[in-house]
Amino acid sequence: MIKITDLHAEIDGKEILKGLSLEVKAGEVHAIMGPNGAGKSTLANVLSGNEAYEVTKGEVLFEGKDLLDLSVEDRAKEGLFLGFQYPVEIPGVSMINFLKIAHAEHRKYRGLEPLSASEFLKLLKEKKALVEIDSKLTNRSVNEGFSGGEKKKNEIFQMAMLDPKLAILDETDSGLDIDALRIVAGGVNKLRRKDNATIIITHYQRLLEHIVPDFVHVLADGKIVKSGPKELALELEEKGYDWLTR
Amino acid sequence: MAKEEQDRILEEVTSKEYEYGFVSDIDSDTIEKGLNEDVIRLISEKKNEPAFMLEYRLKAFRHWQKMEMPDWAYLDIPPIDFQEISYYAAPKKKPQLNSLDEVDPELLETFNKLGIPLEEQKVLSGVAVDAVIDSVSVKTTFKEELAKKGIIFCSFSEAVQDHPDLVKKYLGSVVPYTDNYFAALNAAVFSDGSFCYIPKGVRCPMELSTYFRINAANTGQFERTLIVADEGGYVSYLEGCTAPQRDENQLHAAVVEIVVKKDAEVKYSTVQNWFPGDKQGKGGIYNFVTKRGICKGDHSKLTWAQIETGSAVTWKYPSTILKGDYSSSEFYSVALTNHHQQADTGTKMIHLGKNTRSLIVSKGISAGKSQNSYRGLVKVAKNAENARNFSQCDSLLMGDKCGAHTFPYLEISNNSAKVEHEATTSKIGEDQIFYCNQRGMDTEKAVGLIVNGYVKEVINKMPMEFAVEAQKLLAISLEGSVG
Ligand SMILES: Nc1ncnc2c1ncn2[C@@H]1O[C@H](COP(=O)(O)OP(=O)(O)OP(=O)(O)O)[C@@H](O)[C@H]1O
Ligand SMILES: [Mg+2]
Repeated sequence: MIKITDLHAEIDGKEILKGLSLEVKAGEVHAIMGPNGAGKSTLANVLSGNEAYEVTKGEVLFEGKDLLDLSVEDRAKEGLFLGFQYPVEIPGVSMINFLKIAHAEHRKYRGLEPLSASEFLKLLKEKKALVEIDSKLTNRSVNEGFSGGEKKKNEIFQMAMLDPKLAILDETDSGLDIDALRIVAGGVNKLRRKDNATIIITHYQRLLEHIVPDFVHVLADGKIVKSGPKELALELEEKGYDWLTR
Repeated sequence: MAKEEQDRILEEVTSKEYEYGFVSDIDSDTIEKGLNEDVIRLISEKKNEPAFMLEYRLKAFRHWQKMEMPDWAYLDIPPIDFQEISYYAAPKKKPQLNSLDEVDPELLETFNKLGIPLEEQKVLSGVAVDAVIDSVSVKTTFKEELAKKGIIFCSFSEAVQDHPDLVKKYLGSVVPYTDNYFAALNAAVFSDGSFCYIPKGVRCPMELSTYFRINAANTGQFERTLIVADEGGYVSYLEGCTAPQRDENQLHAAVVEIVVKKDAEVKYSTVQNWFPGDKQGKGGIYNFVTKRGICKGDHSKLTWAQIETGSAVTWKYPSTILKGDYSSSEFYSVALTNHHQQADTGTKMIHLGKNTRSLIVSKGISAGKSQNSYRGLVKVAKNAENARNFSQCDSLLMGDKCGAHTFPYLEISNNSAKVEHEATTSKIGEDQIFYCNQRGMDTEKAVGLIVNGYVKEVINKMPMEFAVEAQKLLAISLEGSVG
């Protein structure tokens, strides 16, 4: 699915990613954990193509294609989805209209006509049920005035609508209450298939009780410093990161 | 509005230069360039006007000669040679037509290019159209149906012929020719425009719209609109315009007067899309407009909603005089400037009556190297007990070569007044664009979407078919402004 080799990236001249390598195969779920400021969100942004970051070295192959060569929107339409740590508000633009346009763009990329209004509404309904999101939210402006938890739920809802090959979920669990956590995790699990993959960035092992990862990685100081099976998350919860970074 | 419609429009917005920039080849009857009393007599004569009109024009002209062009607005305007303008142009064939088949095919083609659905579509959506091309009204529809209700909706020239008493009574009653330089010029030379009268207690059953269009080279346009809603009357009036591309500056100095009597309500909406000039700032329209309404009677209401995307230079302050007690007025505006456009727009709310209310929602968008100023006056007279005003002025900047300026003026002479002003300036967020990009939209589309969200409050006040047009215009006008 994605193969990252020796990735170096900087922002405002400061190097954040310092030779990161990682491979995720179709059907897998990977969890990335690590201390604050380690570069987890940076990795998510760099993979999505955020122009604030500059890649200085390394290679990323996404389904065999050179990912770093593509524009942000083309990466998205190739099937890369980023669940934002801090979802952005767009006042005055309804969530439904936003998704309608996004969905049509994805289809256009694949040479398909946009869905008709009724087909689209049907899909919307189906996916809304999947993440148990309220119509009240989808009728409102994109993320505007949403609570922290609602914003996160809304990210998963968008992911469900756009059906990506690879989803990178940046701290989608933070700020969620217990029920919301269960719903979000349930949504991700339901979307899991053999031909897609998920990278979950999280600080908490409790999410990984719901979404069981195939691998857990520790990102510290811009590199993957340790990788292991799901049990590694428990160990980290117990011991912290100090023993790995010292 | 239907989402698909919105979608379709956003899709349509590809990288074209000014879409309506073409000149149609209609045989025009144009007066020699220049301005003097003889020209004014000639205009009046050509229009077969009664004596009071000629007198009015001449008085205005003599007054104008003593005036100087204002220079206080935040605009940089090259000198205008008023002798280099031709003050009258009419299509040579002046047909009295009952059906579209009789209309000059060249003209129909023009309408089609503009996408003006003169008949069928309008009939379906219940809109009467009084299309003004080159100053003379060519075709009026729905007139008969309106006439049944006693509503008069016709070209200004027709009103002068058929309803001289009404014209005489109200012409200049809201915007006297002494008001300002351009109002005086307009009063002297105005060629045509629209006239609308809603009798007592009548609700106009359909949106009334007028399309304006400049179409003969070097012809200044001096439109005059007069709307009167008698006691308890109601009308929603739309005015939209597009102009063909020119390489010489064109002057447009319109006057709109609105009279709203006791318990009456008028909604006046505009989409203004005069040619803004090319990317270098060449060739745009100069738009100096005086629009003013008076809420004359108690409990009267006047709402302005406007989308301004055009003109090289715009100078426009739709204003309301709140004379009646409990009268109210709302002003919703989007002014978008790009490239080298300059806009100095805003509103004036003059509270004279007791318990009067006004609301101002102004959304400025500046891109390219443009300058966008909001200038608003809220005036509360001594006797205007309990006047209320709330003003919200937002500016959105795209890029760092443009400017946004806000000039709020307050003149409060009554202590019971409550006047609130809020202003924000924001830059279109990189993070918002990135978010949209990440969901698969390119930057142009993202900007269109974000901007349309920003102006939604105003768009929602526009009649539906104009809302569609307005969103389209905003997106077209912003093409190439980011990226
Ligand atoms: N514009 C900038 N200039 C310099 N340093 C920056 C800039 N933006 C981010 N950083 C730094 O980059 C580092 C990595 O940030 P990043 O957001 O990727 O961390 P993270 O691992 O996601 O942390 P968290 O767990 O807190 O979300 C941090 O030290 C941060 O301060
Ligand atoms: Mg982070």
